[in-house]
Amino acid sequence: MNIHEYQSKEILREYGVAVPNGKVAYSVDEALEKADELQTDVAVVKAQIHAGGRGKAGGVKVAKNHDEVRTYADEILGKTLVTHQTGPEGKEVKRLLIEEGCDIKQEYYIGLVMDRQTSRITMMASEEGGTEIEEVAAKTPEKIFKEEIDPVTGLLPYQARRLAFHINIPDEYLSKAVKFMMGLYQVFVDKDCSVAEINPLVTTGDGEVLALDAKLNFDDNALFRQKDIMNYRDLDEEDDKEIEASKYDLSYVALDGNIGCMVNGAGLAMSTMDIIKYYHGEPANFLDVGGGASTEKVTAAFKIILSDENVKGIFVNIFGGIMKCDVIAEGVVAATKEVGLDIPLVVRLEGTNVKRGKEILADSGLNITPAESMADGAEKIVSFVQ
Amino acid sequence: MSVFIDKNTKVLVQGITGSTALFHTKQMLDYGTNIVAGVTPKKGGTEAEGVPVFNTVEEAVQQTGANASVIYVPAPFAADAIIEAVDAEMDLVICITEHIPVMDMVKVKRYMEGKKTRLVGPNCPGVITPDECKIGIMPGYIHKKGHIGVVSRSGTLTYEAVHQLSENGFGQSTAVGIGGDPVNGTDFIDVLKAFNEDEETEAVMMIGEIGGTAEEEAAEWVKENMTKPVVGFIGGATAPPGKRMGHAGAIISGGKGTADEKIQTMNSCGIQVAETPAVMGETMINVLKENGLYEKAKIN
Repeated sequence: MNIHEYQSKEILREYGVAVPNGKVAYSVDEALEKADELQTDVAVVKAQIHAGGRGKAGGVKVAKNHDEVRTYADEILGKTLVTHQTGPEGKEVKRLLIEEGCDIKQEYYIGLVMDRQTSRITMMASEEGGTEIEEVAAKTPEKIFKEEIDPVTGLLPYQARRLAFHINIPDEYLSKAVKFMMGLYQVFVDKDCSVAEINPLVTTGDGEVLALDAKLNFDDNALFRQKDIMNYRDLDEEDDKEIEASKYDLSYVALDGNIGCMVNGAGLAMSTMDIIKYYHGEPANFLDVGGGASTEKVTAAFKIILSDENVKGIFVNIFGGIMKCDVIAEGVVAATKEVGLDIPLVVRLEGTNVKRGKEILADSGLNITPAESMADGAEKIVSFVQ
Repeated sequence: MSVFIDKNTKVLVQGITGSTALFHTKQMLDYGTNIVAGVTPKKGGTEAEGVPVFNTVEEAVQQTGANASVIYVPAPFAADAIIEAVDAEMDLVICITEHIPVMDMVKVKRYMEGKKTRLVGPNCPGVITPDECKIGIMPGYIHKKGHIGVVSRSGTLTYEAVHQLSENGFGQSTAVGIGGDPVNGTDFIDVLKAFNEDEETEAVMMIGEIGGTAEEEAAEWVKENMTKPVVGFIGGATAPPGKRMGHAGAIISGGKGTADEKIQTMNSCGIQVAETPAVMGETMINVLKENGLYEKAKIN
């Protein structure tokens, strides 16, 4: 799960990780109010969307006075920002972070990630702050330093110091930098983060070490014990169909194509998208109905697929293990009866209770094209929508 | 022969009284799996599907000599269940449970350092040695006893591969689902190593998906060490970056973990990769023919 920069900074502040003073605003008037409250000569107006690359897209402006705050807030609010992370359709800005400007001496990068190879949390640091870390990793990997963290001890002060020395943070900032890193690690562990990225981390003229930007992502599987993080969820940032799917615990990702897919199991669902593409079709979604799906859940999944206006045909590909084919068949029939179906539907069933499943579909009187294998099904649905 | 499990494996089911566990305990018993015990706290002394239930893993092991555990415990309690089984010195722990927080798995992995137990999963379909022992949730009937080792990060995609192999007359020595989570127990290399040493296994089908670099590392290992042919498939070639495709581990981030990268590395390490999921079996058959193993591996 993603949250906004200002929300990430709220969490960091709670843990004593230094961030600039700042407040969220939903309107131009509010932006002016918040800028006044900050009592600062220079205010930074920052678009709050769940995507990086906002600066380059014109979503971050430095205002030197009251009028400039108004101008920039007015310009950015309601604007659709297109960055390398938003996709070509971009994202509309509905919230602003109004932040105190600061006297930047130097920019650095600090990040925490889960390293799959070592099964440990790893802290990464670089002198190349402000640029994409992937770019640094590709061009100058020697400028990235890493510390692997033992979950028993947590990040140790010497590790934080070693990183700070490696990236040449001046001695006068050392203790503050160490405190920053230790606090950031604590946030990561306590809040079940999957990524924590501070880019840039800055040293300032008045001796501070601050997170100028902050990005925290959270492990969806741990949200059951992170109720306060759930309160940060911004539904405006999510696809309506994805929100609906999450209510039924369905794993759904909206895509650009016109063939709706309903599959059980993530691997098979991805591969179903692949094989549709192989036959020159375009999947409209990734949808894994999961293992223990009930008829109600299958019905909900089917309705979500049908609610996508781009969908011109549906391919159901089920290999029953835990999932029983008759349950899928009943769900498909129930959903079609409820919402109607005027587009082609191809169903491939295999595995547990397959015979019963096929019977239910055949007896339903619905216009369903059966498929013998996933290749057969993909070929058929692609030919129908073309 | 087979890898990890056979007809002598004595199985313990953790969380046996839950509805999913009960259903699959019955399926496993019907398949012929030797289930000797179940564990559910406070249900000790009762029976589930005719299997004696104990309060703790320690007690179950002492009383029944169980040496492999399968876990159906809900995600918030699953890490604790794994550690309990490791602490009881089980040889093998297979964790079916999905949605375990990554932070919990980091602790589990740290705890397991230096311990004898092998962990398979979490978030996996389990392990099956056809006609001998089925531990997990896979549909037993699609499997046939034979000579192809199967290892996979994805559950249903494994069924698809096994189905294609069986239909064409190629049985399996053992099929191992290692699970789709970013932090898991047994990895591709552990299983490949076991298949390489297993006399029954003539060739291996390795099924990966986008995210991480486990497939690349496995491919390098195959190039250096493997004496048997390996056929591959990677799911998610068309997945967009930054979107998590169901499995917590299946996400392309920072330009890493793409299917193209994986397929390229696998090819360069001598692994033939099936172009679509529909031709996994066909690709295996071609490779067996090329290696003069077709007759040896075919079962009927």
